[in-house]
Amino acid sequence: MLTEVNLVLSAENFSASNLTESLPPSEPKLSRAETLERAFEVAIGFLKDLCQTQEQFTLSLMAEQSQFCRFNRAKVRQTGQVLDASLTLTWILGSRSSYCEFPLSGDWDYDRTLMLDCVTNLRADLKHIPDNPYLVKPEGDRCSHAVHRGQLLAPDQVIYQVLSQVTDLDFVGIYSAGWSVRAYADSVGQFHWFMSEAFSLDYSLFNTAGQAVKGIYAGAIWNQDAYQQNLARSVDQLKRLDRKAQRLDRGKYRTYLAPAAVAELIPMMSWGGVSEADLQQGGSWLLGMRQDDRRLSEKLSLIENFGRGTVPRFNDLGEVAPESLTILNRGRLENTLISSRSAKEYGLVSNGAAQDEALRAPEILPGTIAADSILAELDTGIYVSNLHYLGWSDRPQGRITGMTRYACFWVENGELVAPIEHLRFDDSLYSFWGENLIGLTDTQECIPNVESYDRRSIDTRWTPGMLIEDFTYTL
Amino acid sequence: MFSKLLTVLETLPFSAEWVGLRAVRENRHIRTLRDQRLARHGSVLSQGVMVEVLCQGQVGYGAVHSLSPHRIVEAAIVAYRQAIAAADWTLSPTEMSSRPTLVGEYQSPVEQPFSSLTSADVIEVLHRVGGALKVSDRIVQTIAEITLADVESWFVSSNGSQIHQSFNRVMTNYEATAQAGSAVQTRSDNGWKARSYQGGLEFLVSEDLWERAQRIGEQAVELLDAPDCPTDCRSLVLAPDQMLMQIHESVGHPLELDRILGDERNYAGGSFVKPEDFGQLTYGSEQMNITFDPGLHHEFASYAFDDTGVPATKEHLIQNGKLLRGLGSLESQARMKVPGVASARASSWNRPPIDRMANLNLEPGDTSFEDLIAGVERGIYMETNRSWSIDDQRHKFQFSCEYGRLIEDGQLTQVVKNPNYRGTTPEFWGNLVSVGDRQSWQMFGTPSCGKGEPNQLITVGHASPVALFSEIEVFGGDA
Repeated sequence: MLTEVNLVLSAENFSASNLTESLPPSEPKLSRAETLERAFEVAIGFLKDLCQTQEQFTLSLMAEQSQFCRFNRAKVRQTGQVLDASLTLTWILGSRSSYCEFPLSGDWDYDRTLMLDCVTNLRADLKHIPDNPYLVKPEGDRCSHAVHRGQLLAPDQVIYQVLSQVTDLDFVGIYSAGWSVRAYADSVGQFHWFMSEAFSLDYSLFNTAGQAVKGIYAGAIWNQDAYQQNLARSVDQLKRLDRKAQRLDRGKYRTYLAPAAVAELIPMMSWGGVSEADLQQGGSWLLGMRQDDRRLSEKLSLIENFGRGTVPRFNDLGEVAPESLTILNRGRLENTLISSRSAKEYGLVSNGAAQDEALRAPEILPGTIAADSILAELDTGIYVSNLHYLGWSDRPQGRITGMTRYACFWVENGELVAPIEHLRFDDSLYSFWGENLIGLTDTQECIPNVESYDRRSIDTRWTPGMLIEDFTYTL
Repeated sequence: MFSKLLTVLETLPFSAEWVGLRAVRENRHIRTLRDQRLARHGSVLSQGVMVEVLCQGQVGYGAVHSLSPHRIVEAAIVAYRQAIAAADWTLSPTEMSSRPTLVGEYQSPVEQPFSSLTSADVIEVLHRVGGALKVSDRIVQTIAEITLADVESWFVSSNGSQIHQSFNRVMTNYEATAQAGSAVQTRSDNGWKARSYQGGLEFLVSEDLWERAQRIGEQAVELLDAPDCPTDCRSLVLAPDQMLMQIHESVGHPLELDRILGDERNYAGGSFVKPEDFGQLTYGSEQMNITFDPGLHHEFASYAFDDTGVPATKEHLIQNGKLLRGLGSLESQARMKVPGVASARASSWNRPPIDRMANLNLEPGDTSFEDLIAGVERGIYMETNRSWSIDDQRHKFQFSCEYGRLIEDGQLTQVVKNPNYRGTTPEFWGNLVSVGDRQSWQMFGTPSCGKGEPNQLITVGHASPVALFSEIEVFGGDA
């Protein structure tokens, strides 16, 4: 059975001579997610055999095969592929646990050696560490299996398909594509597998004055016509930046935050926000809502929505989150994210949150302002397409600072007048998501998270735009 | 490892202008105690190989999470195909001169090896730190954590390079959070993991550890009852642990050549610095001397060679306020025709090298801390970064610090909470009035400088004395 994992070129059968005549197919066998799933199953079986009566384990897998093409001035800056798969094995004895993260290569001899070393080291660790009264042990019988296939560009076609459309533009950005896997298993038999194939083309178009528009074309099925339409919209927007940028004085301005700008604010809800542990330990800006009964605008509602199926519902403890969970209900804090560990520590009930208690499927519900009349609704003020580099300037007070970025315009009487020189804002969520929130647009946009620290993100954020009175700009 | 990589090089089933193999093995051990209870205990092994292939002037890469020869060959074939596919679309042909032939090695200086303490010993130290942090019932959370990392890299190339580098990294973080109602203040040990060094466990238990931990707790409580930082323009004295962030964001990033060349415009941004500014631009006052120093003992991002195998040497980037050179690889230097440094770095085996910072320092002057404060009639002293934000041209910035003290008639007086300041880069550094002496100089670092597409987090080191700036806009929590 074990040799079935070894579907790739093995160390034994490899020799240079069998490759010199012709190169192997453009997609090496090691790139197959199916091979990885088989290797994961073999690893689970091996660990179950090792696991003694008093011991338990959980096993998480994060893996990807990624094609990255980085562009500048409509040319290729860097191009390559990355294959990575990493197991996190948590070994449990009584009330003690320790974890070890290591690669899963699909070569059984190689992987078995790493796993044996890890288990040996973890058992040694557990003799010397203190008990954890809040340790969460695996329990239940939940299993899931989801595979979302896509139609991606062949690696040797990416550059032509992307760049042949933009040769006359100052086009810069990155194409990222491939499969991603998130999986979980444990010693009591729970098993979850989530695989998705997706691409994102995250790009900017610049004009000669240095003004730029941002575009993202993302999905599971590459469609050249859809890409060209996406580009055409960005080109059209770029033309509006031709006018000389207007310098605005610092002060308070009526402001429209487009969905991509609002999407930049959503992570602040996970950074000292909706985590129950953060609230209990003084690290959340929502403390004012819990302790002092502060409220946000009743126009604002935020939910975790796994119903769209783009991210796994299971967490790093093998628990399955409810399909939908309301966090902010018409401006009131209705739920926080409670992991099983926090539930144990604070005497609460877990709601399927991951151990970091961060949002995984955030969605701000739409409002009533017609999106296609937003300029008229803004009337006179600033249209902000994107925000950049957000940070807390005073977290307990919910105050955030950051910059406007990309195509941002001064609007007068419902007409775009000119792009603006970028401004720094510094304002409190209690204000601009509170009494100064005029309303939200009636349609949501899906803004994919295109970050790739450690691995490609598979998250998305759904949000409408927001119209705000007296948004504070400070520099 | 060298022999394995060299064997792979000899057996590759294609011919190319140049091939480089960079194998990396990293072992990290993480121990975190919250409120003196073990919250995290684990280790991470990351290992793999980055293969870069130069064909027809274009580099392609393939990276794989294995050290097995047949996997490396597969990655090499991927890299070769990537280079061929992109050759007609190359931004700027890569010359062989950007991949010199070097043989050498580097080893972090270690006085007390990681193996000198057991995991139980380390946990015991962290437990005691937690106890020292909790100076009162108003402390609602303490954090004591350490990450120990052993990183080895082996670089071989088809033109004869063989470089082995071995890094031992220690990162500690201690925090105390005080709360009274909805008022919350956190004080830390010079900032989140600012105490990041190359070395051994000598950086865990030092002579001043217990005094430091107690002071962190006491100051967190003290801040709860302190008045807010005033809102006005005044002299600003920054401690070295805030200069860390000031140097990093407003000097380091704007001087990265790939930002100036536009490679980074879609993610981290560009730079207000233009190619023609090198050798011409007055970046700051004459007190400003910034060096790239990869050889400083124990500084976090020291190394002998960058990740393209170029030997690293100390260089002045800014001397007496004048901009001399940038942070960029031989490749970027050739593209831009300006001098750079050996700073093509990758976060690990799974990312290609790009232009980065490493150790970037403000050189000390000759004014003692006491004399520097004595010369300020109306000012504020700020310690320890709390948050940061700067625009995509590295021009307009705003920083928050943890701890402030007013300076009145040459004396440090009232403690203030929520000290913030903002400014624009050239004006700010132009207002650098005085730089502290060697005694006021301290070395810090961070493991998480983010940049690049695909994204990368990398280690950097920053050392600085205290520094005095005039006429800076400062403000508190309600401004």
